[in-house]
Amino acid sequence: MTFLIDRRSNPKQKSAVNRQRFLRRYRDRIKESVAENLRGRTITEDGKGEKISIPARDTSEPTFRHGQGGKINHVVPGNEEFTRGDKIPRPRGGGGGSGPGQASNEGEGLDEFVFQINQQEFLDALFDDMELPNLTKRQLSGLEEFKRVKGGYSSDGAPSNLSVVRSMRSATMRRIALGAGKRTELRELEAELQALAETPETAGQRRELEERIEELRERLARIPFIDEVDIRYHRHVKEPVPHSKAVMFCLMDVSGSMDQRTKDLAKRFYILLYLFLSRNYDKTEVVFIRHHTSAKEVDEDEFFHSRETGGTVVSSALELMKTIIEARYSPTEWNVYGAQASDGDNWPDDASRSTDLINQLLPLCQYYAYVEITDAGDKPLWLTYSPLQEQWPDSFAMQHITGPGDIYPVFHELFRKQTA
Amino acid sequence: MSAVEPLSTESDWTFELLQDYEREISRIAENFGLDTYPNQIEIINSEQMMDAYASSAMPINYHHWSFGKHFLSVQNSYRRGHMGLAYEIVFNSNPCIAYLMEENTLTMQALVIAHASYGHNSFFKNNYMFRTWTDAESIIDYMLFARKFVADCEQRHGVDEVERVLDACHALMMHGVDRYKRPYPLSMQEEKQRQLEREELLQQQVNDLWRTIPTGEGEPGKTLEQRFPEEPQENILYFLEKNAPLLEPWQREIIRIVRKISQYLYPQRQTKVMNEGWACFWHFHILHELYREGLVNDGFMLEFLQYHTAVVYQPPYNSPHYSGINPYTLGYSMMQDLKRICESPTDEDRQWFPDIAGTPWQETLDFAMRDFKDESFILQFLSPSLIRDLKLFSVLDDEDRDHLLVNAIHDEWGYQSIRESLSANYDLGNLEPYIQVYNVNVRGDRALTLRHDMHNGRPLEKENAEEVVRHLHQLWGFDVVLESVTDDQVRSRIAHSELSQSGDKT
Repeated sequence: MTFLIDRRSNPKQKSAVNRQRFLRRYRDRIKESVAENLRGRTITEDGKGEKISIPARDTSEPTFRHGQGGKINHVVPGNEEFTRGDKIPRPRGGGGGSGPGQASNEGEGLDEFVFQINQQEFLDALFDDMELPNLTKRQLSGLEEFKRVKGGYSSDGAPSNLSVVRSMRSATMRRIALGAGKRTELRELEAELQALAETPETAGQRRELEERIEELRERLARIPFIDEVDIRYHRHVKEPVPHSKAVMFCLMDVSGSMDQRTKDLAKRFYILLYLFLSRNYDKTEVVFIRHHTSAKEVDEDEFFHSRETGGTVVSSALELMKTIIEARYSPTEWNVYGAQASDGDNWPDDASRSTDLINQLLPLCQYYAYVEITDAGDKPLWLTYSPLQEQWPDSFAMQHITGPGDIYPVFHELFRKQTA
Repeated sequence: MSAVEPLSTESDWTFELLQDYEREISRIAENFGLDTYPNQIEIINSEQMMDAYASSAMPINYHHWSFGKHFLSVQNSYRRGHMGLAYEIVFNSNPCIAYLMEENTLTMQALVIAHASYGHNSFFKNNYMFRTWTDAESIIDYMLFARKFVADCEQRHGVDEVERVLDACHALMMHGVDRYKRPYPLSMQEEKQRQLEREELLQQQVNDLWRTIPTGEGEPGKTLEQRFPEEPQENILYFLEKNAPLLEPWQREIIRIVRKISQYLYPQRQTKVMNEGWACFWHFHILHELYREGLVNDGFMLEFLQYHTAVVYQPPYNSPHYSGINPYTLGYSMMQDLKRICESPTDEDRQWFPDIAGTPWQETLDFAMRDFKDESFILQFLSPSLIRDLKLFSVLDDEDRDHLLVNAIHDEWGYQSIRESLSANYDLGNLEPYIQVYNVNVRGDRALTLRHDMHNGRPLEKENAEEVVRHLHQLWGFDVVLESVTDDQVRSRIAHSELSQSGDKT
């Protein structure tokens, strides 16, 4: 007897748990690899999955096996030229090649173990144990989307929304309320009538009582079963759908002193911030502002690739950022994040103006991060910004970056989960 | 002769066609006298095939990261086109479960039904290794029990704790088999009932072993000489399950589960050549019979023969495709050769195989299938004619010599020696290091000593061995010493207490 079964429609991903176990076990390795992979992504590129490679040695499962040495007799097919007693030079370099002395079961490769992880797993690994500071202000913004929810009952509305239960309930209530006094009186009169003896003397009194009872009964019957005022309708209200959105300002100095390497470093920092924000907000917009002596809003490509020369006036960019916030991104609706990258140069006379502006900007921002990409010591802008760290400990942070290796650690430091 | 219509002329399969083919194949198999379990044929897609790969074709298994790793690596090679997936995979249970890939053409499906559902199936049911060591009736039940037990442990003790035990057990999995003792049949109800009793009982026994209250005043000199265990034990996992002093009952049960699974898979590792040879032999004959009866057309046969020859192709040693002897080739050729020896023996065959030359081939093959494993099968039936066909030669790799020595080729002087060498190459006792539990220092620091018997002077691969010793220590709880021994001389020694602790984390 044979059963023929089509299993193809079985739930997919039977081994999803095993996969999760594997990722969990090598979380640290995967995090390293992810940080490594950050180069070469564009900033708003839809985060795709990532190829992860970790040294195969780390994932190996040890067992007792034979090593090199001892006596082994191999039997091999396809003899063409050998006769008994022939000597073959020992192949060099371990198990490689196809010689008869090939490594039989000790094929310990030094390769990388390579596999794909998906977008979600990628971001999980990347932003593990980080969080956005000051999330309290996650504003409800959208005027765009509403959803209708039941909002109690009302006394007017469309017939289709009639609530039968509610209407009947208020009708009952009204009938009880209107008839209560009359029913009490009725009961009393009936009791009185019963109490009277059936004698001719009481006949007049009885007739009087009977008339009164009759009248009360009629009046009770006249209370309407259902009335206009009893009708109740379901009410629906529009409720705004909570919608959090963030805007990220990328400010970069593109003066002559910023070379391509410095820009690349900045770019990687921006990518991280963008990915991180997109994870926390439904909608993330990016505004690119580049500046030398004057600032300009540009698109991503121009932001990273165009060449400019000239001096550096940081306040121009801050000014523009403020203008744009006022014009387009009201802080009541948007969570504003600022990220500024620079080599630290600034026009000496600009310092006080910059300080003023940034002090005006910071109350509008959720967080403002400044990274200085430089090999040298503290530069003018660093000195300008330094006092801010104490004034705005919650919303301002600054860090040095000297090479690609620093970016992720610095980012990690900026957004480290605050230990309670 | 009445014209018989072929079952099909197209190459896409449908369930109706599969049923037609299955019915005819079943009929022919029965005529050939193949005795099988009932079949359960399941059509699966590539992802499900990779799942099956990751868990040794077990339909149910507990969760472990290594299966996830295996799945990822298969998936990765498959997606990049580095490897194709098998056309079928078959699991030894009753009913016998065969998974067929949905991408297969109709011809391929017919081939794999004959191959897996009748070839492998009859081998599982009748070969003595499987009859002795596996209980096809209850394995699915047992796996269900195992999966649930491990999941419960994870709930109670945390995934990490369970993973540590499983990792250690997996490292010793190959050393969790009894080679000579037959195991009890296992079933779910029994397991469940006995598991609780076992927990208590085991704990008692262990405590007994480590009892510190002095008993009887024996002569101290004599007791010192006694080893524990008295005889070396080859089943390391069994020894740990019963004797490791610090393990919790649930940890012992997990060791037992891994040990049982290992034991269940043990016959498959010992009969690879025979099993595949038998299955190839039968798909070849069954499909030819279909053709003879006119149930399949020429196109079908040409397609089939192409698959068949690809499967049983043996690249020569100097080909870039060479990766050892192809078990399909060796097994299939030996089965065909046996049939030839029975039907048309040469003088040479009569001299080498006086018992079987000229006997009815079906009976002889049936006998060969039932009562042998790879090692003994080759030793018994590898014929000079096949050695010549495959141009086998034997090369001695001795570390004491500068050169590899060709010590036998396919000639009169070489046949016997090649036969013996090849047979030895399939002896698991040679392939896997032979390691036994040798002694426990019961009266001292409780150190566990294992002995590796260096067969032909082959050493252990050091890095791996150290890792396994770490895992052993995890289970044993006290120091573990591994000695490699030849001629009662300890050649090398790995002691856990002397290992650096750096690698301990992973």
